[in-house]
Amino acid sequence: MSFKDTFLNGEQGAFKPDGLTPMQKLALRFVVVGVLYYGLATIEGMIMRMYEITPIPGFDAEHFFAILTAHPLVGIFGASYSVVFGAFLFLVPFLMKKPLWSIKMGNWSFILVAFGTITFWGSAFVSHYAPLYTLYWPLPADFSQFSDIGGAIFILGIALVMVGTLLFVINIFKTIAYTPEGQEKVNGKAMLASATGFSWKESIFRKKSKRREHLVSLPVAAIARGTVDTALNAGIITFTGVLILVYMVAHILGYDLKDTAIDALLYKNWFWWGLDLIADGLVLIFVAGTWYLLATLITGKDLYMAKWARLALWVELVVSWTVWSHHLLSDQAQPGILKIISGELVTAFELITQGMAFFITLVTLWSARPLKMTNPLKFLLGGLLGFGLAVPAGIIQADIGLNRILHNTQWIIGPHVHVAILVGLTMTLYSAIYFLLPILTNGAKLYSQKLANFHFWAHLIGGVGMGAFMGMAGLKGMLRRTIYYEGEYNIYMILAGVCGALLLIAFLAFLYNVVMTLGVNGLIGIFMPSKLKTKELLPPEK
Amino acid sequence: MVDSTVVLNGQTIAYTIYAIVVLLFMAWFAMKITSDGKAGVLSNKLFATLVILLTILGVSLHITTSATIPWVTIDLNRDNITPDKTVEITVKDHQFILPSQEITAKVGELVLFDVKSEDLTYGFGIFREDNTMVCQMQVVPGHKNDLLWKFEKPGKYTVRSTEYSGPKGHKMILKDVIIVTE
Repeated sequence: MSFKDTFLNGEQGAFKPDGLTPMQKLALRFVVVGVLYYGLATIEGMIMRMYEITPIPGFDAEHFFAILTAHPLVGIFGASYSVVFGAFLFLVPFLMKKPLWSIKMGNWSFILVAFGTITFWGSAFVSHYAPLYTLYWPLPADFSQFSDIGGAIFILGIALVMVGTLLFVINIFKTIAYTPEGQEKVNGKAMLASATGFSWKESIFRKKSKRREHLVSLPVAAIARGTVDTALNAGIITFTGVLILVYMVAHILGYDLKDTAIDALLYKNWFWWGLDLIADGLVLIFVAGTWYLLATLITGKDLYMAKWARLALWVELVVSWTVWSHHLLSDQAQPGILKIISGELVTAFELITQGMAFFITLVTLWSARPLKMTNPLKFLLGGLLGFGLAVPAGIIQADIGLNRILHNTQWIIGPHVHVAILVGLTMTLYSAIYFLLPILTNGAKLYSQKLANFHFWAHLIGGVGMGAFMGMAGLKGMLRRTIYYEGEYNIYMILAGVCGALLLIAFLAFLYNVVMTLGVNGLIGIFMPSKLKTKELLPPEK
Repeated sequence: MVDSTVVLNGQTIAYTIYAIVVLLFMAWFAMKITSDGKAGVLSNKLFATLVILLTILGVSLHITTSATIPWVTIDLNRDNITPDKTVEITVKDHQFILPSQEITAKVGELVLFDVKSEDLTYGFGIFREDNTMVCQMQVVPGHKNDLLWKFEKPGKYTVRSTEYSGPKGHKMILKDVIIVTE
């Protein structure tokens, strides 16, 4: 095939969007938009990397901090949420052998998350609304620095994402609990209790002979438990958004509400409790569940220590509700007992639960050796490495003594956050994408394995390298969330910038490979209505 | 008191060794699972050992740091410790308002930095002349923000906000405003 033919119709013209079911299209829409938002977050990250070397002419500080505000939210909601929602809305019905409860609701989730993300991003871009994702009170309502209308549109965008998220939550739980027409009636409550882990007493405290079988598989349990945190987090963010919106609307109408009406420390506790449901909750649970699923699919073997893996997922869920105080170890008014118990000791449980997930996945892979180094396997190993590096880095900073000299430095955002997200989470998602690609596309042929190999190595080296150089700067006192004008940390920032560029090139290689695999016509076809009127996940085999 | 640089050097060495070991292990693992050979059955005892080891590691980190990093005990008990000197600072409109007299301290003196915010959440960080951080805390409006610190080395120290407080906040730097002598 000529370059033009491949560019338009994909490798060997193997991808036929007309043959996709509505469910395949739904999952692919989420993934394509998620990948594009990941690209946007990468470009934003690269702009900030350059700015940390030397301020870029034409970009003032207000614009830099607007990017700093939008960047993590685009990365988390626009990219990660989209890919995860698409994958899980497909996988839960796939694993439970029944259709998704509502494809229509799934499409609304997609529209709201995609549109909400571009709304808050656009608002930050135009109005420079920049209170950061942390929203420390009363900064989000500081109208001496920010536009009230710009802020209100920003919050509206986040609200749209949260509504889309709540629809995803409903769809996942309904799919687990409902009985499709023509199938034997299931006990919905019992299914949900088993999925979320709240039937644990029946599994642990009963004699072995009397223990009930788990009603859902381990990966579905992982998705359900992560979805509990997704729901709680959406509730907290929505409530906080409404609170901020009240101040904004009042200001637009000419009223000046007293910001001292809200206790800044109580608010900080509340909001970090909610935010941590992402970072220390759903991300870790979803990732562990994805590792288990990928390991069993890649090897065809049962999961090693599956019972303990299920228990660890439940412990992780409970831990995620009680660890928020590690973000407040430098807040002197925070009670010491909370710092020690929630901030240090409960947080240390994450070393145990993630360590168990890491080990269980490795042993499951080991049990099937020799394995072929496929794209899903290599990216899965990259994802495992990412969390192997990032979780201990986080445990180190969740220490009263070390936090005093690490808090808000580049150490936090480099070796912990970016290595966890870019190497740990993103490589796990890439593994799932490479695995699901032939299933979701009815056997589309990957355009170039060499590009996939380059994507792997450039992403891995770029991600680990960038985190390492940011960490070195952090240990030398470089702060996050600020600008240095005198080149104080230029050696580290140039090296981190080179690694950041490698990440961007890796993404472009992946994007090019996807475009050439599916073709421009194929990509457009994903967003057209399906011609197959079915609720089944895959088209009937010919 | 141990200088914070010593603690950071220790952490750098420990984490670097750990990171190299993990990288090498994963490279070895990737080679082994793709090479010929049969996997033996792994004992459940190995799994139990791992869980116990991780528990010990997680808890021992905090026990070790609280026993070896002196400012942990000082920080947790600061309400019961009488400082040698108290420095009151107010932060408002992205400005540190320092005492009218120069801030001075002697090496080994316990200095209490009592920082009050009148509007936003800020940070209060003390930095050496080479930009490395000595210590920091958050400054939350409506709450007491006090940091008890003992300087180990003479020199001039810079105060800088360590928390984002809007675009105006990144220039909150007061160079060489704390003078520590022998």
